[in-house]
Amino acid sequence: MDWFFNFPSMERNDLREFKKSVDFTFTDFTRSYGADIEGFFEPLLMFLVWFEKFFINTPWPLIILLILVFAWFGSRSISVLVGTLISFLTIGYFGMWEDTMSTLAIILVATFLCISIGIPMGIAMARSNKVQALIVPVLDVMQTIPSFVYLIPVVMLLGIGKVPGLIAVCIYAIPPIVRLTNLGIRLVDKDVLEAADSFGANYWQKLFGVQMPLALPTIFAGVNQTIMMALAMVVIASMIGVKGLGLPVLRAISNQYLALGLMNGLAIVVLAIIFDRVTQKFGLRMQKYRNDGKD
Amino acid sequence: MSKDDILIKVNQLYKIFGDNTNEALNLVKDGMGKDELLEKCNCVLGLNKINLDIRKAKIQVVMGLSGSGKSTLIRHLNRLIEPTSGEILVNNQDILSLSQKELIQFRQNNMSMVFQKFALFPHKTVLQNVGYETYYPGQLSGGMQQRVGLARALATDAEILLMDEAFSALDPLIRSEMQNILLDLQNELHKTIIFITHDLDEALKIGDRIAILRDGSMVQDSDPQKIIMQPADDYVSDFIKDINRARVIQAKSIMTPTNSKSTGPVVQENMVLEDILQIMSDSPSKPVTIENTKGKITGKIEMTNLIEGMKRPKSQGTNITG
Repeated sequence: MDWFFNFPSMERNDLREFKKSVDFTFTDFTRSYGADIEGFFEPLLMFLVWFEKFFINTPWPLIILLILVFAWFGSRSISVLVGTLISFLTIGYFGMWEDTMSTLAIILVATFLCISIGIPMGIAMARSNKVQALIVPVLDVMQTIPSFVYLIPVVMLLGIGKVPGLIAVCIYAIPPIVRLTNLGIRLVDKDVLEAADSFGANYWQKLFGVQMPLALPTIFAGVNQTIMMALAMVVIASMIGVKGLGLPVLRAISNQYLALGLMNGLAIVVLAIIFDRVTQKFGLRMQKYRNDGKD
Repeated sequence: MSKDDILIKVNQLYKIFGDNTNEALNLVKDGMGKDELLEKCNCVLGLNKINLDIRKAKIQVVMGLSGSGKSTLIRHLNRLIEPTSGEILVNNQDILSLSQKELIQFRQNNMSMVFQKFALFPHKTVLQNVGYETYYPGQLSGGMQQRVGLARALATDAEILLMDEAFSALDPLIRSEMQNILLDLQNELHKTIIFITHDLDEALKIGDRIAILRDGSMVQDSDPQKIIMQPADDYVSDFIKDINRARVIQAKSIMTPTNSKSTGPVVQENMVLEDILQIMSDSPSKPVTIENTKGKITGKIEMTNLIEGMKRPKSQGTNITG
């Protein structure tokens, strides 16, 4: 009855051998293809470095002006504009300008990557139930697996640096945009699609003329969530060599610097709020036809 | 069958929803009914052996209650729904043989459709939906929205217009107004219109021909006057029992044919009984003379004809077309 009280598990030696073989296989894979994969991501790295330098080297008043222009374009709201201005001035005054710029750069690049991969994935999912059945479990894993776990293979493959950090951020942040693109397209009114069919629209005309525009508010909610999740990943990404606001937070944890941790943490929060308000207001303006059509 | 040109011909059309439709089709062809089919095959009988000739430049109404298959039928005409079996000819071309590409072309050029719930593109302004005024559909009332829907359908210059309960969602006044707009437009444009409705008054007002569906089968397809005077079965009798007969029955339906002049006044053969009654009430004993649009005398009506015409007729049994 021993098996009844103790779970009949693998022999310890076998288990060790099993783990070892998995590790060796992946190490072998890394040795043979690591350089190629790194080469594949080289252009991305160069772009990221250039983008970060642009944010850090451009004089701060110009950057603030640029950010205000985008905030206005997105929200058309004075209060958001004033809030953004005060936030960035405060961040700069407390000496976090450079870290904030690094974070901004990686967030923007990560969001851009997530959108350009996620939206086509979402469209493919909406088009076919089989593709959806295939991708949904993958997204489930991506959203629930502890982020430290996928840091391990990413670091083994690409070492420590910006690109592995960026990939980690993307793995964490891409699910919402994929899911919400799929959902948005699937929720488009069947009657409207039937009308498009009856007037002889082909697949692409329906997709870009009817489905995407009507799904846009939902898709935009996905973009918003993706940005939020990318920001949440900043601290963890700093563990594998991503510069920015996450690094001081990490230092604060290991040395118990309360003020340093709080300041940088709050800076991340402020960035998140600004991104959120601007994108949400933009999303709302896109669905003006839903109400009475007035701005 | 008729001297009018036939533009759309529907032959032996069957539609069965569900799995294993081939087996179900054979059962239906052997005479199995809708309820039994649902029980035995878990298939829904959508259309059962539909034959319909739609005349060019006329308004063909298809009428029936919810679930009678009228919306299914109209969606076969532009292949939004594929039939299980049968043939649909438009201008002598079998539209079931069109490839996907040809079908899209066909829909763009030959047919357009107006929907019950308007189905306008809510993200486009009216200007973008058809070509007028920069409002979004959400800003318009139902009647205005359906005008846009109608305009969108007419904007394509298609010869055939499919209207699926197009006015059913509108309130009675606006509905009546839209019916008049449609009739006015039809006087100028001479489209071939297939109009779906569950409202008999609407069908009688605008239809050149009325087809009545029940549980996916054609019950009667004829001239509107004939539907009222000679309903094919109890179902149709039931359908017409609440209408105001005096206001829809025309002189030609009840007159006694003759080509000699009677003693009373002369009236047109499309005048309704209500108006004839008004005229005859002055001298009830004199029969009125009926003449057609060309002024030729075609018959006479006596008071007893009027009374007979008001009476609800019994159903006719088997003859469903005429």
